[in-house]
Amino acid sequence: MTPRAKPVSGGAKNPDVWVVIPLYNEAPVIGGVIEELKREFANVVCVDDGSTDGSGAVAKAAGARLITHPINLGQGAALQTGISYARERAGTEYIVTFDADGQHRIEDALGMLKLARSKKLGVVFGSRFLDNRTNPGWAKKVVLKTAVWVTNQTTGMKLTDAHNGLRVLSVDAARGINLQQDRMAHATEIVVQIGRTKLPWEEFPVEVIYTDYSKAKGQSLLNSVNILFDLIVN
Amino acid sequence: MTLWIQILLVLGLILTAVYLVRSTPSASHQAIRRILVILAVLVGVVAVIWPGLLSGIAHALGVGRGADLLLYGLVVVFLVESVSNYKRSVTASRTTSALARELALTEARLEEAIADVAALKSGAPKPKGK
Repeated sequence: MTPRAKPVSGGAKNPDVWVVIPLYNEAPVIGGVIEELKREFANVVCVDDGSTDGSGAVAKAAGARLITHPINLGQGAALQTGISYARERAGTEYIVTFDADGQHRIEDALGMLKLARSKKLGVVFGSRFLDNRTNPGWAKKVVLKTAVWVTNQTTGMKLTDAHNGLRVLSVDAARGINLQQDRMAHATEIVVQIGRTKLPWEEFPVEVIYTDYSKAKGQSLLNSVNILFDLIVN
Repeated sequence: MTLWIQILLVLGLILTAVYLVRSTPSASHQAIRRILVILAVLVGVVAVIWPGLLSGIAHALGVGRGADLLLYGLVVVFLVESVSNYKRSVTASRTTSALARELALTEARLEEAIADVAALKSGAPKPKGK
């Protein structure tokens, strides 16, 4: 893989950062998410994971670099494709992972980036459980807390929120990531692989905005069974 | 006394679970699978020619009839087969993912190379950082 130059227009914001968005059937919201991101980040890459609702075209029109999976592979696979793309661009220092459904705040991403830069951190994880801004509801809380518990048991790290799509990775950390879990268990897998790089990490309090749209697509209790199974079974 | 068959069956099921969680496919596994297939064929032939033998083994293990023993064995073998099938499908889907990812990334590189060439032709300055 030869590093390739990505032309960056003069005065662009955060030219050393790539925002990676795994995208699957989010046509109603993805355009707005990208337009907002583009105000702060010059480089946004969307990995369209075989959407059937024209999400890819919307993302491209909104100004994102679009990469298209020929078939639907799962969120973890899309994330890995985006990370692989971003880390081979010349000049990349940080990669921000961001969900397509508009549940993250750009201010949080900027804050995390600032923290990573100032403390030379390998990774900053967003956590919705460090303050009281986010109220996920009890069912979701049970799922998320179970996921965190499993993650902490597997990795020996002490996270408060494991399945948060907002993360900042240094390019060194990104090089240590090779996600095999195509489905939701990738969130734990990413923590495992970051743990192996021995790079310093921190958590950062973020707010997750539960819109009606993201609520309807949220993870169910049953899906946490899938996550557990995928992690335990080799 | 049904103790022996209980030990054997529970052991078989536990080993199946361990196989599910721990091991990854390898050449020695394939060899073991093939040996087991050959053994199963031989045992099958023997059981067909001397039907009484199966009942005898069943009695010795504490199972009522030979047919029951056969059923128990079949259940364990079915589980092992399911697990190994599942593992095969996971391996296959990982391969597919890697392949699809390379395809998507190659397409992206190609698009950028084409854009670079177009920029050169139109006389625009070459993007820095190469």
